[in-house]
Amino acid sequence: MSEMIIQAPRHACTLGGQQTVVAIERAIPILHAGPGCGAKLHRGLSVAGGYQGAGYAGGDAMPCTNMIEKDVVFGGVDKLKSVIEGTLKVMDGDFFVVLTGCTSDIIGDDVGEVVGAFREQGIPIVYAETGGFKGDAYKGHDLVLRAIIEQYLKPAEKKEKGLVNVFASVPRHDPFWEGDLNEIKKLLAGIGLKANILFGHNSGGIKALDAIPAAEFNLVVSPYIGLGAAQLLQEKFDTPYFHYPVLPVGGTETSKFLRAVAEFADVLTPAAEAFITEKENEFYHYMVRAADLLTEYQLNQPKRFYNINDASYALAFSKFMVNELGFFPVHQFITEDVPEEYRSPVASYFQELAPGISSDVTFEQDGGVINETVRSRKTVTPPLVLASSWELDLAKEISGLQLSVGLPIIDRLILHRNYAGYTGGLNLVEDIYSRLLSKSRE
Amino acid sequence: MAVNLDGPAVELRESRLGTITGYDGDAAHLLSRRDIPNRERSFTQCGSCGADQVMNMLSQIQDAAVVEHGPAGCAGDIPMRNGVFRLGNKRMDYPVHNVKYINTNLNEQDTIFGGIAKLERAIREAYRRFQPKAIFVTTTCASAIIGDDVPSVCNELEEELGIPVIATACEGFRTNIWATGFDSASHSILRKIVKPPQRKQPDLINVISFEHRHVYDSVFAQLGLRPNHIVPLSSIDQLEHISEAAATVQYCETLGSYLAGGLEQHFGVPEVKAPAPFGIKATDELLREIGRMFHKEEEVEKVILSEKEKIAADLERLRSRLQGKRAFIGAGGPLAYSIMALIKDLGMELAGTCVWHHDQKYDNDDERINFLRFGVGEYGNFRVGVCNKQSFEVVNAIHKCQPDVAITRHVSTVWAAKLGVPSMFAGNHPTEMLYDGLIRFGQSIDDVISNPVYIKNIAKHSKLPYTDWWLKQATYSFLGGENNV
Repeated sequence: MSEMIIQAPRHACTLGGQQTVVAIERAIPILHAGPGCGAKLHRGLSVAGGYQGAGYAGGDAMPCTNMIEKDVVFGGVDKLKSVIEGTLKVMDGDFFVVLTGCTSDIIGDDVGEVVGAFREQGIPIVYAETGGFKGDAYKGHDLVLRAIIEQYLKPAEKKEKGLVNVFASVPRHDPFWEGDLNEIKKLLAGIGLKANILFGHNSGGIKALDAIPAAEFNLVVSPYIGLGAAQLLQEKFDTPYFHYPVLPVGGTETSKFLRAVAEFADVLTPAAEAFITEKENEFYHYMVRAADLLTEYQLNQPKRFYNINDASYALAFSKFMVNELGFFPVHQFITEDVPEEYRSPVASYFQELAPGISSDVTFEQDGGVINETVRSRKTVTPPLVLASSWELDLAKEISGLQLSVGLPIIDRLILHRNYAGYTGGLNLVEDIYSRLLSKSRE
Repeated sequence: MAVNLDGPAVELRESRLGTITGYDGDAAHLLSRRDIPNRERSFTQCGSCGADQVMNMLSQIQDAAVVEHGPAGCAGDIPMRNGVFRLGNKRMDYPVHNVKYINTNLNEQDTIFGGIAKLERAIREAYRRFQPKAIFVTTTCASAIIGDDVPSVCNELEEELGIPVIATACEGFRTNIWATGFDSASHSILRKIVKPPQRKQPDLINVISFEHRHVYDSVFAQLGLRPNHIVPLSSIDQLEHISEAAATVQYCETLGSYLAGGLEQHFGVPEVKAPAPFGIKATDELLREIGRMFHKEEEVEKVILSEKEKIAADLERLRSRLQGKRAFIGAGGPLAYSIMALIKDLGMELAGTCVWHHDQKYDNDDERINFLRFGVGEYGNFRVGVCNKQSFEVVNAIHKCQPDVAITRHVSTVWAAKLGVPSMFAGNHPTEMLYDGLIRFGQSIDDVISNPVYIKNIAKHSKLPYTDWWLKQATYSFLGGENNV
């Protein structure tokens, strides 16, 4: 994809993996990068991701070598050593991850050697070479996970029955990560599994990392993100993994998901079944309540939808819109740099969203191309545009209803909102129709 | 001449203005010399870069496009810049639209073989997609280290496209003094956009500011002056003619020193030689200077009288409420000094300062625009820490001085809140400037201080990412070099 240029930038660069570190409780990222990288990425991913805040040690608290010209000429290794030493005195952390930027990677600083010397002293520190030119922040997330697995984790004495590491939403990159991960945790608890979600409030920090090798299995809930980590964990610790490509949203998908996981883990007990049924019924109770509004057409309700989002949400919302709300797909745009080997499987997930209903998919990072493609298509009725804040104007042009549900989200505050699970489906319905209603009444 | 418009790269602040980012001493000493050496830190946190501040200006021009030649992460600032741009337009009732920006998305292969072909394509696409009146092409660490010849591409495409295509050198590794980005943007505008004046407009006054364009509203209309707000939200056509204004006024030399200097030195538009209008005394001074320049001395005196009369009751009320309260200020060079004046005018005490950088002179080398000299003269000497936006030092300083309110900018206001100190954002300039600004600012402080329940709750439920050891150390203990006086 070397010719791809980007208008309406969304998913930043590999160094965006800093966000993954910030999401681990009491972990400290240490950037070996230019002076502007950390601040820009924080704003692009945290602030523009529904105003997530600096977290424990994100934003301007992140140590950084702020590499300048003399470091480019003479190398930045000494500076890195000095900043790590300072970090260990100044920053109150349990786990440290050095992330490199373009400058360090191009000039070839031997960061592994510097970090290795600290690790030999017993300091829990790893490094990831995340020079921004290597890819987007999803790739950065993957590189950080690999660094932790390869450089830090030790084999467990014994596996813990029912313990599951969850690789789903990408923390502090996906604006709904914290709500989604916690919802998945609750759902898994409902079928008798103990989820190790690794990131966010009360997730355990370094203890959660330490527990990774003890898991009975790894659960990957996304079209492809997290698969690399799960495969590496299988290689290294012999932990099996279960790949469920659809982030489940709403009644049908969530029940399907829970049954599949329960079957894999051999916990599909009557109690688990009872939990699934109860939650599903609750979901439909509210969907029935919504039907008074949803089945009338005074407000010019949309019936067709676009997704302009990452692969995980584009797929999750497509399934939901088709299966729970009876919508029709116009076209779906997947906005991150999906690795070549995953493109065809990802596209295939959009086939047969429901019997006879499929959607075409375009992998496109350039918002300019997305705009032109959408403008060139005519829809009979105003479409729903499940997208980002970049598409506010586009939606207006095509008289569509826009909701910001993917990065960047600068027109909503996102705290614990989730779209995954039964409650996630209800949240999505509330958000779509509240937007429609507020637009109609203001 | 201080402002040299040759070539696409601006001369750095370090050499041009003697700018420093590390200092721990008092203001009078800072004023006593112009060759105080910089002091480097052995531990640092994320700063900012020139490329970031370049976008603060260039991405906000209505009908110009920006092509950033770098990896996609260099665009991390763009979504929020877009937010600022949309809000600015909305507030002014201008058409709301997205910024006109393209990133060349440099990848691993490009770092080996070069990214020029992609850059050409991005510039042509920017032209096709946005129909801009000019295209600014900015550089990044990656594009500069791999040695892509950006100026040559720009020159070729300028000829082909028939609009200015302007190489703006601002790669982040050039300097840790990120305010240099303002200079890089101003340099490009002065070098390639501003035209020699066709006719002078004697009532037109350039106002260098950010997106809020009501700065000076309360006084300029009374004086019959037309403000020409630059650079954010301007059009290229407007920028072409800023040479026709009778004067340039600004509110912060960090932002506008270079642009005001270039306009004076290359286009004959004088800068108003007075301190920025923060606090009563500086506002008097600045308005009187404008009166002299525009031959409106009498009108200015009337405005001063009536404006002061308008705020008298509120000022008395606020002073009685804020008397003796202590404020910590963390902000850029002169702005921190300017806010000090507001604090003092409100009857408050200065508890401490962290200043992001300090310029030892400005591009128009005239001491009348030096707010620090003015402030020390009018309000007395005070302690200054120059800390390049290092939040570990800011947190340490706030923790030590335990102020009633922390007023910060650029470093997140949340850290003070996590310490239990009511905090507010500084530099929302129209709120603070001129006589009525003093009242708005004082009211904000009073509001922040008077119900601290939320802040106390934040502190109760937060843990700062710093060790107890660090909070007990001297704030500037990581500074190398010789101690300042």
